[in-house]
Amino acid sequence: MTTTVLDPTAEQRPATRERSQRPESLSGLTVGLLDISKPRGDVFLDRVEEALCALGARVTRYAKPTFTKPAPVDLRHEIATQCDAVIEALAD
Amino acid sequence: MLGGTTRPSDEVVALIPPNLVEGTVEKVAVNAVMAGCRPEYLPVVLAALEAICTDEFNMHGVLATTMSVGPILVVNGPIAAAIGMNSGINVLGHGNRANSSIGRAVQLVLRNVGGGAPGGIDRATLGHMGKQGICFAEDEAGSPWNSLAEERGFDRSQSTVTAFCGEGPRLVVDQLSRSPESLTRSLAASLRSAVSPRLVLGMDGMLVLSPEHMARYRDAGWDRARFLAELTEYLMFDTDEIIAGADGIEEGLPPGLAGHRLPKFRPGGLLVVHAGGPAGLFSAIIGGWMNGPGGSDPVTREITP
Repeated sequence: MTTTVLDPTAEQRPATRERSQRPESLSGLTVGLLDISKPRGDVFLDRVEEALCALGARVTRYAKPTFTKPAPVDLRHEIATQCDAVIEALAD
Repeated sequence: MLGGTTRPSDEVVALIPPNLVEGTVEKVAVNAVMAGCRPEYLPVVLAALEAICTDEFNMHGVLATTMSVGPILVVNGPIAAAIGMNSGINVLGHGNRANSSIGRAVQLVLRNVGGGAPGGIDRATLGHMGKQGICFAEDEAGSPWNSLAEERGFDRSQSTVTAFCGEGPRLVVDQLSRSPESLTRSLAASLRSAVSPRLVLGMDGMLVLSPEHMARYRDAGWDRARFLAELTEYLMFDTDEIIAGADGIEEGLPPGLAGHRLPKFRPGGLLVVHAGGPAGLFSAIIGGWMNGPGGSDPVTREITP
């Protein structure tokens, strides 16, 4: 008698990728700040922006339309193509 | 299990969040077996997954939130009795195979196929026992009102499942009200505290009205519309009373909303279901989560073979 075992999972494995090289310095680089649109996230990111600018970075601000859903693909693409690094902030 | 549906085993039912995996009928069936479903329950599981894996229901967000919410599934129509679902005694509890296993199967699909495991994408601070899986039927035969599904645009001959993003149920005790006016005020007093007595409009709610409470409205000739209209009157808040800082409580509405009168729920934001055992002057409240395009809206899907 043959027994067939069925897998209840997606039978997928996450792709493994090398992490991007960490920059030696932020001077002259563009850093994206992604606000997930939770209350007061902007307060935190305003301070982060000040600190990054003091280090010589250029800062570009982004925001998710709502914190309850993943960032839209277009927004992720925009950040990936316009920034050297990104910081995502959660706050309440 | 696959014999419970006419749909081919390789048909993709939905993209299962959070990993947006193509969930086939076969994968759902495997998880339904693990949950303890009988084959005739499978169409309900499939329709429930179609309901929650929509942009409106936003299952990804429901999983990821730190709030303690999950899909609450309500079945209407002929299939409920046909597969032996419970709409009576202990309706929100255990003891009925269909009620217990349908919700469980949906949760297993989310976890096993979609990858939404607690501690991973599921970030709930506390969770609730209904996240094991919660599914129940409305007592339509014993209700003088139109059903939840009819209220949401479906015909009584159609079988449907409605998914509502909710907390665990909370009992409302009122054993003394003998008039619909008194009971309505009493239910409203409890509903005002759903999720938080300091928050209005941003979250929907569900009221599971028991047969003995429903009797007050049946005897007085109130229909669903009359009940909701009267209830809404008692669910109005003077915002000054719940503004942040009022009564020494920092939680509350932003100061800019002072001086208004606002309802607890948005229009249509309170779902009312008739269910429960024949004796007991109790109902139940299930608080919601963020509603609208920036959260989760209730979704109803027809159950097909």
